[in-house]
Amino acid sequence: MTRQALLATAVLLAAASPVLSETAPADVAFVDGAVAQSLTGTPGDAANGAKIMTSRPQGNCVACHQIAAMPDVPFQGTIAPPLDGVASRYEEAQLRGIVANAKMTFEGSFMPAFYKTTGFTRPGDAYTGKAAPENLPPILEAQQIEDVVAYLLTLKE
Amino acid sequence: MRSHIKTLATTALCLALSGMAYADPAEDALDIETEAGSMSIVTSAPAAAHLDGALTTVYSGWLFRDPDTRDMERDDFDNPAMVYVDLGLDKWNEPMGKNGESCASCHNGPESMKGLRATTPRVSADGKLQIMEDLINGCVTERMGLEAWGLTSGDMKNMLALIAVQSRGEVVNVAIDGPAAEFYAKGKEIYYTRYGQLEMSCANCHEDNAGNYIRADHLSQGQVSGFPVYRLKDAALVTAQQRFVGCVRDTRAETFKAGSEEFKALELYVASRGNGLGIEGVGVRH
Ligand code: HEC
Ligand code: HEC
Repeated sequence: MTRQALLATAVLLAAASPVLSETAPADVAFVDGAVAQSLTGTPGDAANGAKIMTSRPQGNCVACHQIAAMPDVPFQGTIAPPLDGVASRYEEAQLRGIVANAKMTFEGSFMPAFYKTTGFTRPGDAYTGKAAPENLPPILEAQQIEDVVAYLLTLKE
Repeated sequence: MRSHIKTLATTALCLALSGMAYADPAEDALDIETEAGSMSIVTSAPAAAHLDGALTTVYSGWLFRDPDTRDMERDDFDNPAMVYVDLGLDKWNEPMGKNGESCASCHNGPESMKGLRATTPRVSADGKLQIMEDLINGCVTERMGLEAWGLTSGDMKNMLALIAVQSRGEVVNVAIDGPAAEFYAKGKEIYYTRYGQLEMSCANCHEDNAGNYIRADHLSQGQVSGFPVYRLKDAALVTAQQRFVGCVRDTRAETFKAGSEEFKALELYVASRGNGLGIEGVGVRH
């Protein structure tokens, strides 16, 4: 192998490695709704989690949940239980399970499954109204789930 | 400015936190000032028996809008949709058919359409499900020899508005039995199907959560008695079919098309959920 080819392979491997250690949506192991293993092995970034939770195209958790710890976020929804103190009610693994697919914890829940890619009726391509692409991505990526969980863990009573 | 935004945010939060009482439909009555005098519109009624207790009372979407928006609908002078009603009337009188026919040359004044809006969608003698758009296009194509109007074209929407206004104050009474039964069943199935990547049905938002806030949106029962409505956000008339497209798209789903068999059946079903509510003619929403 030439030096250049070697280098290229190394770069490829490096780029691919975070993906390799990620748990794919179909492989997530739920036990009573909880997911013990981190989806990425990389600790979550709570500050980024907070951003994801308030951004419309991403988590938009505040569409349904109130979070008193985020007083600057206007128009928080009244659909679901407030998330304050949620880390005192649930373990990390339970929270990861709820964010990845709440229906595994709360049967028939109105809460969308954020880390799921199959089993939908007429899935679309985000909010375009058009059919979903063949490789429909989950609503949140693995690391984004970890970031959200990291933020939720700050919500202690 | 900054403190203004803060105040707004705090207000929103307080409103949100004050919870259910505020979230309920407004206690308000809709009397519309029209050229012909004041007209009362029924905006809440006991739910029809066929809803089987899924709802106890049905409410117009008007009761879920803020006071300013509600006021715009109280007076035709302030209702932006009335401009389109006037455009619809111009079209009604225009000799546009292959042989110079106008709507008026067969039907006289638009008041001949009184009552129609309250009983559509309905099933034709030959068993076809027809929304108002189909009835209009029936005349446009078969009797006037023209190309069908686009389902969401300006001409179509203006005509829908003109015809709806003729039934103002009439009580919705859409038939669901006999030949309508199969379409009712199909529409009902669609209403309760959880579509899209968000896996949400009409019922999840408009039955289970009517009165709640989904972000800034105060969820109504998703009734169509006010349609077509002037939507302030779009600065345009919006038909029930268009609204269905928007709501299904918001579930991250592949939508059905306006005028599709699916959405026609859905409109019959949704309209029948509002049996007992008054036709608003042209509602105002935001
Ligand atoms: C469309 C509505 C909706 C959205 C969006 C939503 N949730 Fe939920 N969530 C619910 C509902 C409803 C429940 C209550 C469980 C049930 O009854 O199904 C719930 C429950 C939860 C719980 C458990 C709370 C408790 O005290 O039991 C957590 C934690 C949670 N959600 C986190 C999130 C996060 C994080 C997001 C965004 C990434 C999110 N939710 C987005 C509707 C939603
Ligand atoms: C994710 C939540 C959601 C879902 C699912 C949903 N809608 Fe809506 N819908 C809304 C919101 C928000 C509005 C605007 C506020 C309101 O009137 O409720 C709305 C408005 C409407 C309106 C206008 C009501 C009026 O008086 O202006 C109709 C009609 C309607 N929806 C029908 C439907 C039907 C039929 C379905 C299913 C095919 C559906 N919606 C699914 C959120 C939803």
